[in-house]
Amino acid sequence: MAMTRLEDLRTGEIGKIVKIMGNGPFRLRLMEMGFVPGTEVRVIRYAPLKDPVEYEVKGYHVSLRHEEAANILVEKLS
Amino acid sequence: MEITVALTGNPNAGKTTIFNQLTGARQKVGNWPGVTVEKKEGLVQYKGHVLKVVDLPGIYSLTAYSIEEIIARDFILKERPEVVVDVIDASNLERNLYLAVQLMELGRPLVFAMNMVDVAKARGIFIDYELLSKLLGVPLVKTVGTKGIGIEELLETIVAVAEGRLESQPVSINYGPEVEREIKLLTELIIQNQDLSQKYPPRWLAIKLLENDREAINVVRKTSGAAPILERLARSEKRLREILDETPEAIIAEARYGFIAGALREVMKVSALTRRTLSDRIDDIVTNRFLGFPIFILAMYALFYFTFTLGEYPVEAIEKAIEFLQGFLSAKLPEGLLQELLVNGVLGGVGGVLVFLPNILLLFLGISIFEDTGYLARAAFIMDRVMHFLGLHGKSFIPLLMGFGCNVPAIMATRTLESQRDRILTILINPLMSCSARLPVYVLFAGAFFPGRESQVIFGIYALGIVLAMILGKIFSKVLIKEEDTPFVLELPPYRLPTFKGLVLHMWEKTKVYLQKMGGVILIFSIILWALSAFPRKDHSPPPIEDSYIGRLGKIFAPTLKPLGFDWRMGVSLATGVVAKEVVVSSLGVLYHVEEKGEHSLREALRHSGLSPAAALGFMAFVLIYIPCIATVIAIWRETGSWRWPAISILYELTLAWIIAFIIYHLGRFFGW
Repeated sequence: MAMTRLEDLRTGEIGKIVKIMGNGPFRLRLMEMGFVPGTEVRVIRYAPLKDPVEYEVKGYHVSLRHEEAANILVEKLS
Repeated sequence: MEITVALTGNPNAGKTTIFNQLTGARQKVGNWPGVTVEKKEGLVQYKGHVLKVVDLPGIYSLTAYSIEEIIARDFILKERPEVVVDVIDASNLERNLYLAVQLMELGRPLVFAMNMVDVAKARGIFIDYELLSKLLGVPLVKTVGTKGIGIEELLETIVAVAEGRLESQPVSINYGPEVEREIKLLTELIIQNQDLSQKYPPRWLAIKLLENDREAINVVRKTSGAAPILERLARSEKRLREILDETPEAIIAEARYGFIAGALREVMKVSALTRRTLSDRIDDIVTNRFLGFPIFILAMYALFYFTFTLGEYPVEAIEKAIEFLQGFLSAKLPEGLLQELLVNGVLGGVGGVLVFLPNILLLFLGISIFEDTGYLARAAFIMDRVMHFLGLHGKSFIPLLMGFGCNVPAIMATRTLESQRDRILTILINPLMSCSARLPVYVLFAGAFFPGRESQVIFGIYALGIVLAMILGKIFSKVLIKEEDTPFVLELPPYRLPTFKGLVLHMWEKTKVYLQKMGGVILIFSIILWALSAFPRKDHSPPPIEDSYIGRLGKIFAPTLKPLGFDWRMGVSLATGVVAKEVVVSSLGVLYHVEEKGEHSLREALRHSGLSPAAALGFMAFVLIYIPCIATVIAIWRETGSWRWPAISILYELTLAWIIAFIIYHLGRFFGW
């Protein structure tokens, strides 16, 4: 099982969320937006300046900054 | 019977479209008290009922995370609307249901408007809506907001629920035995507390407490019997953490998504074929590594050109019409105070209000197109790296860019920002974007003191504004607005075709906001400023500018400007510039007794006035930074909903203008200018 941070996934790669790190309202917000353990996340694309990054989660598209995606621990699939 | 209907839903779920379809153009637009969040209301007559539809802010959840969320849930809890309608994007069901399951706990009759069912179908998502409605215990209406489909049925359902003919009995979500145990214990304590149980659904409050919800904890703390509840809460939290090795709020969020996944397994089928949608293909180009920025710059240029260059024609027409009326009145009325009041005070003021209108109309048409198509989110996606560096959000870019045209519509454009913090920051630094009214001043002084180097000097002034905005953005985000930086979870909704009706309504709405909330105040202040220049009377006619009240005010301040190398005339012209910054030029013309109107002679007069180039450069910087025009100050006041922000704005601008002009003047002197 290859554990990594969501921010380290490259375009097209898929990760299954294992844990959301950090704390407080910020962490909760990520979970509310669908980043909950067990969910698969696909990297759609990086912004032209490499930050933020567009992801597909729960059937919709959302972008996160690297500093935020760094808090999401995933198991790399595919 | 009057029925209050609260309309809620996720951003991008088509809530505004449904609201427009329900209420048509009969809308009242304002702000929620004391905050920058927009409030919209509309009345609908339906089968003998009057429906008051209140459009709540678009939100993803009901935590006390943002002001928008607090507004939405407070409205539902305190105003107790007869019916709550949750607009759900059927093509993005899973995430949209997260808000829905929370609304189900609020204890008000709920109706789901399942919107964009056509999009869901086209994407190969098949949903058994009837079963979903039954599983959740909530009446459901299928709608396609953009085509007006299902609106009649939605009204029918709302009325049926309000009359009690149709039941809305949301099921309660099971959070698992461990959490449920704590919810039960807390609920029992809350029920015993009359203050709480009469105002809040006990189970909901218990869940919120477990979620460590700031507002909920405050509510409990304020009641007399708070101690046992808070004690229990602390123990519940500790226990859950120990057993489940996770914070309660995370467990609850997971459980909600678990519940949703369970329901969707039964009602939703997604065809195995996941085609790349047109939207994906557009994004391949629009947010492409190489093409992203060129397309973005082109789009921004088009928006700016559209708003201000094309907008110039109607602005000129308005100015001509006002001038014509002024001429007409001057000729018809006998000379004297009344004539001056009407011609210069009232008509001048009306003109001052109306000249902003074309820009506002066009800018909001443009922004609506960007917003409704989904491009605005992409623009934020592309620009966020840059804007984040300044402590701002990707979406702050458009209001800031528009500031170079005119700060008034630019400040209104901050409404596209989701968080109050970002809005206030963007509003505060907006006046540093040098608006077009300041350009004539730069042109005059650069022409007089830096012949041959005008463009470099003027470019430098613009750049100075941007650099200062960057620095102040950083400072303000650290000092003034202590709320933490909003996390950047920006949804990138699929591209959509905007509807004509939606665009027109949006434009009309902003125009109304401007005329109602700002127009009157701008008019009043314009008349006051006119009066300050028309009094005290001298032989029954207006005094020379330097003897008028505003001139005297300028003279009073003139000594404070001495260290900057400005003479008293410049002080007076700055005072008059508060009306509109281009007025500085005409005031200087009068003060330096330039007979002919041409700029050439004023340039000569300035050059021979003994003013040094260093002071001239400082003056340009001062004009850039000091109090923006009165209309901008009013826009800041009305958009932030408090006097605090315009006061802070004026204070920092005056201080900063002085400091920068001082530095420029003395550095300049040092280098022998």
